[in-house]
Amino acid sequence: MELTLSNVSKAVSGQPYLYPLNLQLEPNQVTVLLGATQAGKTTLMRIMAGLDRPSEGQVFVDGTDVTGTPVRERNIAMVYQQFINYPSMTVFDNIASPLKLSKAKNIEEKVRALAEKLRIDMFLNRLPAELSGGQQQRVALARALAKNAPLMLLDEPLVNLDYKLREDLRAELSALFAAGDSTVVYATTEPGEALLLGGHTAVLDKGSLLQYGPTATVFHRPASVQVAKAFSDPPINLVQAHRTETGVRLPNGQEMPITLPVQAPEALTLGIRANALDLSESANNLQIAGRVDLAEISGSDTFVHVQTDLGPMVAQLTGVHNLALGANLCLNLNPEHVYVFEPDGPLLVAPAMSGEVA
Amino acid sequence: MAEIRLDLAHAYHPNPQRDEDYALLPLKMTFRDGGAYALLGPSGCGKTTMLNIISGLLQPSQGHVWFDNEDVTQASPQKRNIAQVFQFPVIYDTMTVAENLGFPLKNRKVPKDQITKRVGEIAEMLEMSHQLDMRAAGLSADQKQKISLGRGLVRPDVSAVLFDEPLTVIDPHLKWQLRRKLKQIHHELKLTLIYVTHDQVEALTFADEVVVMTRGKAVQVGTAEALFERPAHTFVGHFIGSPGMNFLPIQINGEICSVHGHLVTIPDSVKLPEHATKIGIRPEYLRVSPTEQPGTLNAGVTQVQDVGTYILVTCQVDQTPVRIRLSPQSQRPEPGDEVYLHLIDSHTCFYQDEELV
Repeated sequence: MELTLSNVSKAVSGQPYLYPLNLQLEPNQVTVLLGATQAGKTTLMRIMAGLDRPSEGQVFVDGTDVTGTPVRERNIAMVYQQFINYPSMTVFDNIASPLKLSKAKNIEEKVRALAEKLRIDMFLNRLPAELSGGQQQRVALARALAKNAPLMLLDEPLVNLDYKLREDLRAELSALFAAGDSTVVYATTEPGEALLLGGHTAVLDKGSLLQYGPTATVFHRPASVQVAKAFSDPPINLVQAHRTETGVRLPNGQEMPITLPVQAPEALTLGIRANALDLSESANNLQIAGRVDLAEISGSDTFVHVQTDLGPMVAQLTGVHNLALGANLCLNLNPEHVYVFEPDGPLLVAPAMSGEVA
Repeated sequence: MAEIRLDLAHAYHPNPQRDEDYALLPLKMTFRDGGAYALLGPSGCGKTTMLNIISGLLQPSQGHVWFDNEDVTQASPQKRNIAQVFQFPVIYDTMTVAENLGFPLKNRKVPKDQITKRVGEIAEMLEMSHQLDMRAAGLSADQKQKISLGRGLVRPDVSAVLFDEPLTVIDPHLKWQLRRKLKQIHHELKLTLIYVTHDQVEALTFADEVVVMTRGKAVQVGTAEALFERPAHTFVGHFIGSPGMNFLPIQINGEICSVHGHLVTIPDSVKLPEHATKIGIRPEYLRVSPTEQPGTLNAGVTQVQDVGTYILVTCQVDQTPVRIRLSPQSQRPEPGDEVYLHLIDSHTCFYQDEELV
């Protein structure tokens, strides 16, 4: 299914919720809507669904203008943050309900297959209220998948679950999306979730669509500093710098060799992702001395907040590092891993992507 | 401050028979005087039950609780001299920030000049000095929760301060700063702190030692490093780390180890435990070769994800998914490729009955 938004905007009582945007979703694939709260993700999704009418612009499904066609006349499946199920129906009947409505054959078999995939087959005879939050959301997901709608919209479906559950379900969902042929739109605030889902990503910020493209490309080649900020967790470190003959000069006087395009202006913004900083030492790299504010440990990674003379910075180190509050350390930065932006945002230089010849 | 010792079990219904009947299975545990601990586990694991037993809100159905060798099993929270901070701010809207912070001291008839001094210190630590005379009513949710935290920490003579998911209402961007504050305060005040959370980052960042719980059982008490490097139980391996540890069944016969019928190489530095039935290896430590090498196990690549900061490769070993975390610089395989896994090295953990051997 091909969904196209043409010059769509939305204002509510004069307040702009969504600035005019054009978006053609990659058919039969996953598109992630990435942005902080209030970025316009839900507004955009409600327009896609036909729950709301855009103030201006048109929505096309497979070339047909469906602007203003109500949601019940369109074949769409939706999953929300809150777990929504029919409370008086068993899990089986909840999952079966869209199949019964469409008078599908082999309902029993289809329900069981879906329940097995989402690991709720042991609860088919229970009521939703007898399940945990994670299990209830699996029921809602199974019902949405049962509908086998050409367009499936998911609005932060995993946000209310424990992180380990989120991890498991996300992996299952991305496998199910890949196996199915629905066009899927998935809203999230988390850059990491967008990357794990893959597909394409549309980055939204304060009601504007900033960039749309294959997820890994948008991550590695953010078109602007605004996209880089929206698509970095931990936050990308930003440092103001000045152009020199061989590269850039930082506010503390340190210099770094970077090949800049000829049109690069005098004043620049450098973007340094947290994983570009480490503790190893190499002669060609820039050393940034600092003091530890806090080492946040996730297990697989340690996120170190550091006070430096370039301002506060965050470094992402692999594994567990116990760094005492106030300890001195030296961050190491390879100039090849630095992004360079024009002062008002557009990207000038990006590091080489993995698998790409530098 | 006190050393807290538990030797108990708890069931919410009488006559527990099976393991499932217990909210907390029989356990022995000591919380060091002045230590910072986290109770970590998924919902329903028993962490809040344990916290309520320590505070005295709940009496264990069997066994005892000691504070510095004094049996306090029957004692009320007041008697135990415990301070608590809950998920949501509990403060008096009509009072000023200073009055809120000083309330536990005023209640205990501490002289006024001492209250002022201590409230000043706590406000300083929480960076609230400039707000002391403000009414609490006008503050944001996270400011109010900061007051709750401060009130939990204001009495220097408490046996312990207990926190139940205290950063739930805090904006994600501000969380790390409060984590830092709590850690700093622990260093300065040396209070015994016990912190309940289901968030691994919160637990591993805050605590000197983390108690990992599942199904009413404390399966490991250890530092962040120990939980990551040497998970004592397969649940810890799975729960800590994203993605969690990979597990594969093994057969050991003397000096020989095989996985799914393939002999795998054992480096000299690794001694094979006789009765192990499973190995655990973290995605971060699993090495792969693109070509077959003696003693490796072949696996079919099913998914390759560019997760930005690393490449996540998923492959299948006989129905079991195995995940590998590769650096962005390394050569990346494609789905459908065959890769060869080096399963055993110094990072590999061996398990029997889900427990580390």
